[in-house]
Amino acid sequence: MVSGLQLSREDLTQAYRRMRRIRVFENALHAEFAAGEIPGFVHLYAGEEASGVGVCMHLDDRDAIASTHRGHGHCIAKGVETGPMMMEIFGREGGICGGKGGSMHIADLSRGMLGANGIVGAGGPLACGAALTAKTLGTGGVGVAFYGDGASNQGSILESYNLAKIWNLPMVFVCEDNGFAESTASSWSVGGSQIDRGKGFGIPSREVNGNDFFEVFNTAGEAIERARAGEGPTLLHMRLARYYGHFEGDAMTYKTAEEQATEKANDPLDFFRGRVIETQLLRQTDLDAVDAEIDAEIAEALAAAKAAPMPPTDQLTTDVYVSY
Amino acid sequence: MPMKSYREAINEALVQEMERDERVILMGEDISGGTGGNGDQDAWGGPLGVTKGLRPKFGPDRVLDTHLAEISFVGAAAGAAATGLRPVVELMFVDFMGVCFDQIFNQAAKFRYMFGGKAVTPMVVRMMYGAGFRAASQHSQCLYPMFTHIPGLKVALPSNAYEAKGLLTQAIRDDDPVMFFEHKMLYDETAEVPDEPYAIPFGEANVTREGDDVTVVAFGRMVNIAGQAADSLAKAGITCTVVDPRTTSPLDTETILETVEETGRLVVVDEAHPRCSMASDIAGLVAENAFGALKAPIRLVTAPHAPVPFSPALEDAYIPSVGKIEDAVRDAMGHGSREAAE
Amino acid sequence: MSGIEAITMPKWGLAMLEGTVTGWDVAEGDEVSAGQEIMEIETSKIANVYESPVSGVINRIVATEGETLPVGALLAVVAGAGTESSAVDAYIADFQENFVPPEPDGDDGPAAQTIEVPGFTIRRLAMGPGTGTPIVLIHGFGADLESWAFNQADLAAERPVHAIDLPGHGGSGKDVGDGSVSALSAAVVAYMRHEGLPDAHLVGHSLGGAVAVEVARGEPDLVSALTLVAPAGFGPDIAGDFIDGFISQSRARRLRGVLEMLVSDPGLVTTDMVEGVLRFKRLDGALDALKAVAAANFEGNAQRNDLRDHLSGLSQPVRVVWGSEDRVLSASHADGMEGARITLLEGAGHIVHMERAAEVNRTILG
Repeated sequence: MVSGLQLSREDLTQAYRRMRRIRVFENALHAEFAAGEIPGFVHLYAGEEASGVGVCMHLDDRDAIASTHRGHGHCIAKGVETGPMMMEIFGREGGICGGKGGSMHIADLSRGMLGANGIVGAGGPLACGAALTAKTLGTGGVGVAFYGDGASNQGSILESYNLAKIWNLPMVFVCEDNGFAESTASSWSVGGSQIDRGKGFGIPSREVNGNDFFEVFNTAGEAIERARAGEGPTLLHMRLARYYGHFEGDAMTYKTAEEQATEKANDPLDFFRGRVIETQLLRQTDLDAVDAEIDAEIAEALAAAKAAPMPPTDQLTTDVYVSY
Repeated sequence: MPMKSYREAINEALVQEMERDERVILMGEDISGGTGGNGDQDAWGGPLGVTKGLRPKFGPDRVLDTHLAEISFVGAAAGAAATGLRPVVELMFVDFMGVCFDQIFNQAAKFRYMFGGKAVTPMVVRMMYGAGFRAASQHSQCLYPMFTHIPGLKVALPSNAYEAKGLLTQAIRDDDPVMFFEHKMLYDETAEVPDEPYAIPFGEANVTREGDDVTVVAFGRMVNIAGQAADSLAKAGITCTVVDPRTTSPLDTETILETVEETGRLVVVDEAHPRCSMASDIAGLVAENAFGALKAPIRLVTAPHAPVPFSPALEDAYIPSVGKIEDAVRDAMGHGSREAAE
Repeated sequence: MSGIEAITMPKWGLAMLEGTVTGWDVAEGDEVSAGQEIMEIETSKIANVYESPVSGVINRIVATEGETLPVGALLAVVAGAGTESSAVDAYIADFQENFVPPEPDGDDGPAAQTIEVPGFTIRRLAMGPGTGTPIVLIHGFGADLESWAFNQADLAAERPVHAIDLPGHGGSGKDVGDGSVSALSAAVVAYMRHEGLPDAHLVGHSLGGAVAVEVARGEPDLVSALTLVAPAGFGPDIAGDFIDGFISQSRARRLRGVLEMLVSDPGLVTTDMVEGVLRFKRLDGALDALKAVAAANFEGNAQRNDLRDHLSGLSQPVRVVWGSEDRVLSASHADGMEGARITLLEGAGHIVHMERAAEVNRTILG
């Protein structure tokens, strides 16, 4: 298997581009939400980019991921376009879900993105279903469930471990442990360890530094290779951090200033930049060019979303059924 | 025309649709039975033998016994449906919806809408429902009104073996998630069922009796009980139109309203509890849209607002009966109840 | 005549288990002759008149109006003049004591079979003796062999009678090729050759009549005579509303209105007749087959086939039966059928062989 440091310049640039795209997208939403431009509420993925991108760099359209309420990053990592995503978050016509889903329900089944999900832990069974489809139809695809430390206590996730194991599904469980379920610390709310939980179901389980793209890429690669080879599920416990609150507007008083400073010091994008420059895999100018490209892309997406019309009200009752 | 039981009709629809489309798979607890043991690998064929013989015929990759954990396998059916399979998942008793309802009503039911019309979720959830089995409060409920309430779901209630095969065939071919309710008291009931595959369209009521005096709308097993009441009443000179809506979602409001316009009287028979039931729903529909045609107050014959009891004496009193339906019809006719007449 | 004879509930068609006496046309003491209409009986398929199977005096009417009785049940007793009342009582008591109603699933006479003939899967019902000129019954658009329920047993008294389901219909395979009369007739030819039925008398109703003519034209050696009952292909027009409605209506109450076009008296159409059509249309492939057949043979209110020239070229004797009140194919179409012996039944509709079975049977045999 190719390790992260053996990736081509093109793939490394792509990985950086996707992480940067997530970061700029989320930062833009952070600002827009504060300005009162976005209806409802949003949960931002900033700080967790290496996890989604490190896993999804191994995936293609055969593969399906199930995401969480914090789903923008997974969407972008899986290749969903930011323009229609932004329109969706603004509730506009032209949004990827026609304005009917919003931030928590962005999906693109053509890209194997089974949806962000407003129900904590719901994606585990869905990803198992996608893995079952791949196994039954022999596509070689895998299912990946992203979920947080909060969801890891849901029966849906624990049941999914068991189901994936007994059906020997091509599955990867990615527990993104950002330390807090809403405002409650995972150090308190999770009994035992994520790794031991996986092992308890007979599932190979690994602890991963979720801030390190290369570690994520390498461990996810092994897991996905196992899945594709018919060797069953793997669990990855990503330790990482979210920079913003559970939702926008959350003052995050449950984290100390020191903790927040430490999180910023381990920024996954900074880590990636430092590593590729240090190893001379990419140049500073390459990365700066990506930054400029992404800034322009997101600015354009934002402007287009704000300019787009609201969906006409005759869309209220369409798309409930295929036929009725 | 061959006579087949409700159980055989359902089994035959599953076999024929699995032969017709290799994307159709079955999953559920004990649908084959014996998985992992050293004995028979088709030990049960479902708790009441409905799926017997399917595992030997189609193999373990298409007939999947599950663990006893409904959230994950019902959710996996939803995920599989959204990614290209056409799963038929058995929940065993509808009463178990409590442990997995999220995957049905927040996931499968809403994919299409939340994803802007881009998702297709062709899954069928087969569930046993209904009282009469001496199975008490947690294995005897109807609950179809709760599914009917949810946009995105379709709900089918076959009243006999012919209906069961045709409606299940349609359910499997349907591109929307379908909740398929099998009344456990009907499994041994027989009817003429063609050997060939056939589908009964959803949302088209079956008018099982034509009469002049009262429209009786009944659901699932109650269609048969209402039919017996209608036959009995016909001997006394009261003729009923009996409407089996077949599906509560979509609902054939056209036939219900049309028949009420003709008879001017409505009795609704629903084995579910009375509040927020199909009975109250149909009554509301008619009151709103055909009030001018009504010659008498609408009568509802339902189970009480109480859980299903265990004792046979209590359970028999719980279920809407021929006698109660006759009383309601006579009441609507202004004839008073039988008891009063006697 | 002497002795006592029973008039019992007839069995009209495979599925009939019981019938309802809807009216008596005779009273106790009336003299009746065999073939005389004596009562009306409603079956699950259609209501019909019943002709007395015997001659004599109606001594006792046992079945009252409105009563539903199983096939074979005692309806009336015919006895010679002067028969003791006590003897009739004893006869009735004995009959009732020994009467066994038919079982729904019982082995009850000939049953339809689905067989493979070269190129086709055909459901057929064969009955009658092994010898004699065979009759082959060919139903019309959307119908099946059950539509001959009132004819086949009578016709089979002295000769073999085969009723078949055309491709796309009843229990036959649902592949109709291009749906044309030519494609349908190929199945009849294949069946007749497979069964070894040369020199048969073909009886075709409506579109089946056109099919029968096509068989006679293409394979004259197979056909000794033709009876065409309200046949298609002999006039410019057809009731397009019937064809369209038959295909498109999926609710019983709507379809009933369409099927009522088949008969002169709408009361003849029963709930089960409507249900039977609906059940057929739900079978996989049935609706597509009907659409293909309709498209190949009809266009709106027009017929695509004109078989009048074919008819004049045939050497076989041709009889035609038509109901004067036919609302699907006008009886006026019989006007141009040169060389045919035409029987017009006043007051009957399009399914004249069901509405007036006895007269149509006599025409076929006569």
